[in-house]
Amino acid sequence: MAKGDPGAATRSKRAAPRTKRAAATGEPELVQLLTPEGERIESALGPDGTEYRVDFTDEEYRGLYRDLVLVRKLDAEATALQRQGELGLWASLLGQEAAQVGSGRALRTQDMAFPTYREHGVLYCRGIDPIMPLGLFRGVDQGGWDPNEFKFNMYTIVIGAQTLHATGYAMGVAMDGKTGSDEGEAVIAYFGDGATSQGDVNESFVWASVFNAPLVFFCQNNQYAISEPLERQTRVPLYQRAGGFGFPGVRVDGNDVLASYAVTRHALDNARHGQGPSLIEAYTYRMGAHTTSDDPTRYRIASEVEAWQAKDPIARMKAFLTKQQIVDESFFAEVDEQARAESVHLRERVLAMPNPEPVTMFDHVYPNGSPELDEQRAQFSKYMESFEGSAH
Amino acid sequence: MSRIKEFNLPDLGEGLTEGEILAWLVKVGDDIELNQPIVEVETAKAAVEIPAKWAGRVQAIFHPEGATVEVGSPIIAIDTDPNAGPIEQSTTGAPAADLPTPSAASLAAVEVAPEEGMVEPGLIGGVAPGGRTAVLVGYGPRNAPAKRRPRKGGVPAQAAAAPAAPVQAAPAPAPVVPAPALNGTGRPAGGPVLAKPPVRKLAKDLGVDLAALTGSGPLGSITREDVQRAAAAPAAAEPLTVAAPVTAAASFGADREQRIPVKGVRKLTAENMSRSAFTAPHVTEFLTVDMTRAMKALDRLRERREWRDVRVSPLLLVAKAVLLAVKRHPMVNSTWAGDEIVVKDYVNLGIAAATERGLIVPNIKDAGRLSLRELADAMTDLVQTAKAGKTSPADMSGGTLTITNVGVFGVDTGTPILPPGESAILAFGAVREQPWVHKGKVKPRLVTTLGLSFDHRIIDGELGSKFLRDIGDFLADPEAALLAWT
Repeated sequence: MAKGDPGAATRSKRAAPRTKRAAATGEPELVQLLTPEGERIESALGPDGTEYRVDFTDEEYRGLYRDLVLVRKLDAEATALQRQGELGLWASLLGQEAAQVGSGRALRTQDMAFPTYREHGVLYCRGIDPIMPLGLFRGVDQGGWDPNEFKFNMYTIVIGAQTLHATGYAMGVAMDGKTGSDEGEAVIAYFGDGATSQGDVNESFVWASVFNAPLVFFCQNNQYAISEPLERQTRVPLYQRAGGFGFPGVRVDGNDVLASYAVTRHALDNARHGQGPSLIEAYTYRMGAHTTSDDPTRYRIASEVEAWQAKDPIARMKAFLTKQQIVDESFFAEVDEQARAESVHLRERVLAMPNPEPVTMFDHVYPNGSPELDEQRAQFSKYMESFEGSAH
Repeated sequence: MSRIKEFNLPDLGEGLTEGEILAWLVKVGDDIELNQPIVEVETAKAAVEIPAKWAGRVQAIFHPEGATVEVGSPIIAIDTDPNAGPIEQSTTGAPAADLPTPSAASLAAVEVAPEEGMVEPGLIGGVAPGGRTAVLVGYGPRNAPAKRRPRKGGVPAQAAAAPAAPVQAAPAPAPVVPAPALNGTGRPAGGPVLAKPPVRKLAKDLGVDLAALTGSGPLGSITREDVQRAAAAPAAAEPLTVAAPVTAAASFGADREQRIPVKGVRKLTAENMSRSAFTAPHVTEFLTVDMTRAMKALDRLRERREWRDVRVSPLLLVAKAVLLAVKRHPMVNSTWAGDEIVVKDYVNLGIAAATERGLIVPNIKDAGRLSLRELADAMTDLVQTAKAGKTSPADMSGGTLTITNVGVFGVDTGTPILPPGESAILAFGAVREQPWVHKGKVKPRLVTTLGLSFDHRIIDGELGSKFLRDIGDFLADPEAALLAWT
């Protein structure tokens, strides 16, 4: 999504533009442009005084809402498919849609993203067919998209490892001289709050900082590293860690798609202009389980989940669109119908996925094969054919 | 065939082999939508709801609540086109008249239930090609029942009591199940069971009761094949009732030992108890209290109009005493967290409850903020929820301090083990009339004994004693304590 025409009329301009700065609560301030009640805030200040704002057209607001709903629905379908035995595992993004869609839409075409295994929303925004990760979790392929074509790397299961890949990639971008202009490239690395305790992530911070890599560290703080709560990961707000490594950090309301977009766009633009890395802590909540193998009721209480339910990213966007009369009821019905149809389509395609021939496991070890692999393949084929009525 | 689809229990985690049916959310005959939650299943990893894989009508439910089901076994059959008229008669060797059309209830209650026109040729419950067990429609699990340990409680007795029940008779064609329903025949009653040691070992491993088998070997001895057949016979001979508690009277095999699999609540309880007992150094102190005055106060409370419909028990006073004493000694409401102690400003008051499924400890969240009336309501609610088996994991997590009311079992007190993460637990013994020195004379008074266990890493003897003393003071004279402390 391109940034809205700055001259375009924006909704909800108040007589006195409201700028939000730290609330007087115990919580550190976070950048917010849309309250849980769906009230628009004109602009918000980051901890370093940066003013964040968005100027979206009505069409762009509608597009963001559509993204959020579709991403949630497709995710729910994947969870259901796992429960029905059609996927081996699924890591649901429920609750984190705004952080992913906001940051995903903030990427420019040339920007490269390094996801974890939960970035289904970012994947969707990159224009990748949502069926792709399902093949991976169904165990029929290794995750079948071309990272170079979509500028979206493979899902990384190892916690935090992708931040190192992203740092190296970003250093390469800088060495190729591809930064320093509006057309410059930026890189974004996704990870969670639990990953901040990993050596990989801290090493990435060091390298990205001292080499001034064009990299945005995007941490979705969903409050739990599987069952371990945030207070067992850190004694300071995560975004403040950036200061110790020598680059800026900001905390954004990760359930606010507008603020997530604004903060990410700003950080990416800084990176592409050669101003080095930054850390974004998207403060959000994992409404579901860590993965389908997890039972969150064993380590967190219902009242906490309910409190976050009230901050739902889609509900606030819906309230905003309704209050501002950007859309009418038929729009919501149409989006719901589209989401339903796409999820049914997704299900049909998952169920129709062919099981791969066992011999294909030799195909992707090396791009051009090798004599030894050919020998192994021949041996294995012979073995498979030795079975009575073997159709594999 | 393709119209009726069976749903097999999937591997819900990674590498799980079985799951327990917690609750069915649909029943036979219900119309269901795609992805509508149909059943709650608990595995070693999580309790989850399974959404329906197809829209349609529930045709059959193969396992009752409480059953442990192997991954890959069918759990439900769904008619995906229920409005297309009756299901075609498939070719069947068995006359339809022999096969009663079961009611919804019996379908739900019976693991393998025949229904008119849906029968694989004469083979329900029998061995189907490929080593599978034939079930209602399609093919069942490969060898699944062989690995299941049949529930022992009362199988022979029930089989003998209701030998003509159609659900048992139908799935037992001659070559398949000679055994369970034919208790004792072919062997002199009361005579010893004849079987070679390896066969006995096999029977033990498979959970087969030798005494219930009829031997096909020499002199009526039981052979390996007899045992395997009995084990492979689906639980058809075991008329499952949905609500049957697993706590049926123990039945013992020939070796006079019964083997009960450790799982579910029992397993969890065992793990928690061992972990707590061997990580937190426990100290227990006792205090005997004259509760006569307090019991009279309770009576007066019950007489008040606004308390007319409230359940008022001595436990309520104990809970109140604990909550007030915590306010005076906040340190007892804490958790040992390795290099720090987490002291909590809120009391999630656990009440240990014995339920059919075992010991559970649900807690009342932030009980310190509740008025006495709210506390009474919360306790009533908690107990009723626990008795109904509806206590959610959230209700049981986050407890900070617990009371165990062992007095209801008629004992004086105990040395309770701390729930993991908590630092104090109070055992409340029976309140009974005992000789007691009251105003210089021995009189019959209502006396109880309190037992307080605490984590000695956090709570020193002095603090623990003061805390227990305060609880005792309140129970001895609630009015004065209230006036003095609040």
